[in-house]
This record gives sequence, structure tokens and C-alpha cells, in this order.
Amino acid sequence: MEAPQAVPNDVNKYRMQKARNKTVDILYSIFRYLLIIGISFIIVYPLLMKFSVAFKAREDIYNPTIYMVPVHFTFDNIKMAMTILNYFPLLGNTLLFVVVTTVLTAASCALAGYGFARFAFPGNNILFALVVLTILVPTSTLMVPMYLHFRSFDILGLVHLFTGKQGVNLLNTYWPSIITSATAIGLKAGLFIYIFRQFFKGMPKEIEEAALIDGAGGVKTFLQIMLPNAVPPIITVVLFCFVWQYNDTFFTSLFMSESSLMPIKIASLSAQANQLIPSLLGIGNSANVKADPNHVAMVIDTGILLAIIPLILLYLLVQRYFVESVERSGIIG
Amino acid sequence: MIGTKLTLNRKRSLLGLAFITPWFLGFALMFATPLIQSIKFSLSKLTISPSGYQLEFVGLTNFKDALLIDATFNRILSQSVTEMALNVPMILFFSLFSATLLNQKFKGRVLARAIFFLPVILASNAISSAESQGLINLVGDASVVNEMGTSASSYNIMSMVMMLADIGLPLSFIDYITEAIVRIYDIITHSGVQILIFLAALQSVPSSMYEVAKMEGATAYESFWKITFPMVSPLILTNVIYTIIDSFSGSKVTTTIFNTAFKTQNFGLSSAMSWIYTIIVSLVLVIIGFVLSKRVHYN
Repeated sequence: MEAPQAVPNDVNKYRMQKARNKTVDILYSIFRYLLIIGISFIIVYPLLMKFSVAFKAREDIYNPTIYMVPVHFTFDNIKMAMTILNYFPLLGNTLLFVVVTTVLTAASCALAGYGFARFAFPGNNILFALVVLTILVPTSTLMVPMYLHFRSFDILGLVHLFTGKQGVNLLNTYWPSIITSATAIGLKAGLFIYIFRQFFKGMPKEIEEAALIDGAGGVKTFLQIMLPNAVPPIITVVLFCFVWQYNDTFFTSLFMSESSLMPIKIASLSAQANQLIPSLLGIGNSANVKADPNHVAMVIDTGILLAIIPLILLYLLVQRYFVESVERSGIIG
Repeated sequence: MIGTKLTLNRKRSLLGLAFITPWFLGFALMFATPLIQSIKFSLSKLTISPSGYQLEFVGLTNFKDALLIDATFNRILSQSVTEMALNVPMILFFSLFSATLLNQKFKGRVLARAIFFLPVILASNAISSAESQGLINLVGDASVVNEMGTSASSYNIMSMVMMLADIGLPLSFIDYITEAIVRIYDIITHSGVQILIFLAALQSVPSSMYEVAKMEGATAYESFWKITFPMVSPLILTNVIYTIIDSFSGSKVTTTIFNTAFKTQNFGLSSAMSWIYTIIVSLVLVIIGFVLSKRVHYN
């Protein structure tokens, strides 16, 4: 907006300028809406398509006149996708896994972040540089050793010492993810430590000094004074950790390729759908019977929608905290 | 207790060490050890046996194999590094642009923000792989899908190229722009977190600065370049680094490395590949960090 530079005695000219400014403003806001709606459309379109496909009956697949809104509404696709995925047990399982790892990650990262932010122990900066290193090294570098490590898990040879075995095979259990998240080295944990450290660094030192004078020890100060004040970074970390953990395929397919977790099941959905749809439709089990590929694609889309619906619901509930918490968690500055 | 004899400072530093102990254990056992092992693996031939694994030292053979003998690794590596290099500026530009847009006041801003951050929660490799598999299923062949993808999105690109060429822009620049348009969906869905970071940065710019600029007669364009841009410039480096790190997870190189290890069981070669990738990425990061940190304005 330009400031109107009115000449006091020339009212007409002033009015003209005001009108011009107003049109420019209106044009600009129309342009802005067009832009925002356009971009929003690009983002939302795949989601809308999935919704429309989910309720489409099979008769509608080959009807070219249908756009988005199906003629024959049906819940068949959803039912079928749910049977193939074994949906509710799978969802419960996944949510439990994700919640546990998220809580552990947030706790361990908060501890480490506070430790790095507030205590001057020898090597603080060097150790923190190592945290940054864990963010920067691609996970594929650590993949093979980690896999072998969890294949015969053993801390300092203790298991070997007591049982004489070569360690415990932890693959296809939840332990690899639980161990890595409890020790703040799991999925993008370095980033979370960084967020917590930045936030705790920005908090006034006087609070802690007052707590110290009042006789609170370091642990008590952390639990009762620092943590209740650290809501913004906790929200940020919990949100991102939850979402990334829910969507992660790399670690889950590396350590838990046979567990029933959402990302793994979704990735193998198409093979399963091809196998199961003929028998679900009751047209036979033999290998010669093949489902209509369009129908399979429809069921896959429905399955994907079922997988992301919990996230979308969660997002609708908490989305207003997204910006606020990132803004206040001190990543900036 | 011994604790009572320690000075306050000693006590504090011990406590600090106690706070980072979980992380340090994890770092030592799950990061540093695997990292060193990974170097060792990349220099040897690894065979898995029921009781563990055997290593046989082979020197740099794995690295030679990855670069000179493996049929596709070279191509995939260069492809995904160039793709990364192309995507970074586009994502940065788009996310800064969207952040400034979303920072303005208009009706429906909350909704617009909610939609713009939606890709953050939907960016899943599982979903994209299931989607492409569904498409493969439909068409019957993976290569057809790739071709379809390019043809579907580039149907009217030629007319635009002609138009831009008529204006007299250099051809390489036109290529870049058209590339950006073709990949607009990719770019939009990959810039959620970056928009978030830029938006938070924009909101931390004191509004008094804009008021002063307005009084002095600066246009919106001027105040963007003289106030907004310098104030968010420290976050540009953060976003570049984030974008590069983010590109690891979906990149074809990671898939290749994964498949080399767990489908063809060639663990040594896989480690060598991942080290080549790591070295290249860290070189890129160092160069970008060096170039950008000199130009950034810190207040």
C-alpha cells in the first residue's frame, strides 16, 4: 500500500488517487485469492479424488461422464480395503507403536536438549556438534551395521557372557525402534534435540536460580519448572515425531518388515489386493482369476485414504498449534 | 555422600552429563559404532552366517565396483544429486513466496494455512509407493507409468517454451522454468516444513520496522527486499540444509543402497555406495554453507 500523497487544496486529485489505490488493492487481493486457491487445489486434489473413489461403485469405473461425485454410492470399497488391511487391529497396533516411540523420543530429546542448553560440562560444544552430525549423515550409511547389530543384539557382550549365545535377535520386534527412540538417536532425533536446546537456551536464567535458592535440585527444577514452561517445543516435537514415525517406511521396513504396521502394510497393499480381491468377490481362488485392475486401483486408493485418515483427523484438531508452536519454540533466532 | 564435597560447578557439570547420558549411550552404541563399522564394511566382503558375520578385507574394491562396474549406480547418483540441486532453489523460492503470502491478512487465512501445511503430514514414502504400484497395476508396466507421468504433465509445455524464447530469455533459464512448472506438484508437497519455518521467521520481524518504512515512503516491493528478506535470510541456510536432508529419505540412491544390501545381499558394496553418497552430500552441504553464511545478515 502506498501512502496517499495528497495535496491539501486539491481535493479532486486526492480522491482520484484514493480510488486508484483502492482498485490496485482490490486487484491485488483478487490475484492473491486466485493464487492461493490454485495452490490449495493442487494440494487438495489428490485427496478429493481418493474420497470420491472410495465411495464409487464398480459400475461407475467405466462411466466417462462422472467427475468426482459418483452416481452409485457404496461402502464396498471401504469394507474391502478394511478386510484386506485388517484395519482396526492394524490401526491400534500402529498407534500404540507410534505413541510409545513418540513419547520416548520427546522425553529423551528434552533431557538431552536441556543438558546441552544449561550445563557447562567439558566437551559440551563438541558433543553438540556430534548431535548436528547425526542430523547430517544419511541414514542409509548406518543401515547395514544397525541391521546386523539388532540381528544379534548384545550390549558390551553381556548376553554372550551370561547365556553363551551370540546375542538376541531383535528384528521384527518393536525393540529396535524403542531402543533408538529412548536413546534419542531414532528418526530425526537430532533435529528434536536441537529444537529443545534452542528453546531452553532462550529461557531466562533467573527462573532456575530462584528454584535453586528455594532448594530445588537439578532434576526437580527440570521436571517442575522447565518442562511446564516448555510447552511450545514439546508440541512441535510431539507433532512432528508422531507424523514422521507414522509415515516412516525406512526404519520399519529395515527392522520390522514382517510386523503389522501401517506403512509396511500400505506399501505392500497392491500385491495383497491383487491376491485377495477375487476371493473376496467370490469369483474363485485360482491363479487364473484376476481382478479388474481398475477395481484393484480403486481399492488401493481407498486403503491409502484409510491409512491417512487418522493423521488428517489429528491434524484438524491440532493444526492451529502448528505455526504457533514452531514460532515460539525458538527455531528462529 | 560424596556430592556434598563437590563444588557447585562440579555438581552442575555432573548433572549436565547425567542429562545427556541417554543420548550419549545411544550415540556411542547406535551411531558412532555403526558409523565406524560401516567404514569397515565398505572395505571388506561381508558374508552372513547363522552365528553372525565374517569380514574379509578387500581394500577399495567395493568403491571401484560401485563407481565403475555397477551398471546403474553412477547414473542414479548423478541424477538424484542434480535433482536435489535443482529442487533446492525452487523449493526455497516457493516456500518463501508462500510464507509471505500466508503472512498477509485476508479472509480464510487459517484455512489456507491448514491446506498449505497438509503436505507435511501426507509426505509418506509408503503412500507414494502404493500409489505408483496401483498405477503400475493399472497400466501393467513400470516404464509406461514413468512415460505417462511425464507426458501427462508436459502436454502444453512447448508453447510456453516458444513464448519465453520469443521474449528473448536464455534457453537454459527457460529450461529451468519449464522444469519447475512440470514439477510443481513435487515442489509444493515438499515445501511444507520450509513454509512453516519461513512463516515463523516472518512473524518474528517487528512490525514497527514496516511502519517506519511505510512512513518513509517505501513501496511494498522495497520493504520486502530491504526488511523482510534480510530478516529471514538466516533461515535460508536452515531451509537449504533441511531440504537437502529431507531429500535423502525419498531419493532413489537410498532405495538402490537398500536393495543392494537386502535384495542382492552385497553388504560391502552397499556400504561403499552409501559412503560415496554421504561424501558427495556433505561436500554439497559444506559448499552451500560456506557460500550462504557469508551473505547472511545476522542481527
